[in-house]
Amino acid sequence: MQDKKYFTRMGDGSIVHMTEAEIREDMKAGMEDAVMRGKIDPLTDEEFEHLYSIITMPGTIVGVEPGMQIVTTSDSGSDKINTKCGIPVDRAVNAMLHERILGCDSVDIGFSDYNYKTVKGVAKREATVLKHALNRTTMPLFYGAMPNLGFYTKPDGPVDNWAVLLPEGKIKESLAAQEEAVEHAVRDIVYVAEQMNDVGADGINLDTSGAAGDADFLVSLKATEAIKERFPDLNVEIGMAGEFVLGMHGKLKYDDTRLAGLYPHKQVKLAEKAGASIFGPVVNTNCNMTFPWNMARVCTFIKACTAVAEIPVHANTGMGVCGVPMCENLPGDIVSRVDKALVEICKIDGL
Amino acid sequence: MGGVRTAGDLVLRMQLSHKMKIDEAKKFVAEKLNVTLEELCDVVTMSEVREELGLGLAHVEPCAEANIGMEAKFKIAELLGIKINSVERFKERAGMK
Repeated sequence: MQDKKYFTRMGDGSIVHMTEAEIREDMKAGMEDAVMRGKIDPLTDEEFEHLYSIITMPGTIVGVEPGMQIVTTSDSGSDKINTKCGIPVDRAVNAMLHERILGCDSVDIGFSDYNYKTVKGVAKREATVLKHALNRTTMPLFYGAMPNLGFYTKPDGPVDNWAVLLPEGKIKESLAAQEEAVEHAVRDIVYVAEQMNDVGADGINLDTSGAAGDADFLVSLKATEAIKERFPDLNVEIGMAGEFVLGMHGKLKYDDTRLAGLYPHKQVKLAEKAGASIFGPVVNTNCNMTFPWNMARVCTFIKACTAVAEIPVHANTGMGVCGVPMCENLPGDIVSRVDKALVEICKIDGL
Repeated sequence: MGGVRTAGDLVLRMQLSHKMKIDEAKKFVAEKLNVTLEELCDVVTMSEVREELGLGLAHVEPCAEANIGMEAKFKIAELLGIKINSVERFKERAGMK
């Protein structure tokens, strides 16, 4: 008799059927990969079994017990209906749709070109949109964008392109260019934050932090520090771009900690130090591996992060992160299993 | 949690303003509203509680109790004992402070 096979998916979302032994083998390998890379503890036997039960649980959609629900924040949330669905809706109206139809706990207003360098030029106009939304909605509203340090390089930006300088062996010039870009980006973010604070934003979302490496993450930390110093009632959420900080510079430090190579359980401590209210960790989804492999790896990393965090942790669960498949239209069977595992095993504070 | 359908917006406000973890934030809000944690996440219970207290709803009715937007945020700030930026700006610009 053939072993029973369970419906699950690959990291790219495609359907795959696996036996219990295959699932357990992949879970173990995923967990061990996280332990090795992050130098963190594995899941306990109880947690491992709980995750196995979530992965193989009958039903297309799974959920948590009543009362165990958690809250949500977003990135470019109020613009998704426009940019991802092609439905032209004013962003202030979009915020109301998220509040009264989608039941979101918060949403962020963001420009379609979702980065602070672009927003700087239209910051006051963006603040007007946020003000309209704030007058009509009850839930907290953020203004969000990415630090996106790569946008500060020539020919579009003011500094030399370190990705060009590095292969040319111009190491010193490359490091100097990144350091200069940090100062430009922090200044732009704080300027935008000032306009948003002026209309009463509940928070600033520094989304996809670290996308251009350690200098990019440093921007978020320094900008958070500056925002909290100038506008103490304006709260900051730092969301990450990837599971570890790429060492494009390699020597940058914050609070005497070298940023390159940090995993979520170390990143969150720096976010706390900078003054962030919420930290959004990422674990990359590997498209070539199965959901059991990815999710065991995710749970190992995120559990280590929440275990040390003193601020709320909102795990990023969009396309291609934290076990969610890398595909445009997300399957509810996997997304609901990701959410349940993150709540029940990793003890996250939000999504 | 469901935002204004339940009390998700209130819990998130405590995470933002006081950096409360989820359990602490839910407990704090539940105590303020005199409901259980189960009720705090329940759309039926919370619709009634929110209407009674004027905390904003997911549905809009043209009656005095069905606050939404700024007027609801005035009441939320008072209930939770927190400062809400947009409420503060409104007061400043309306000459209320």
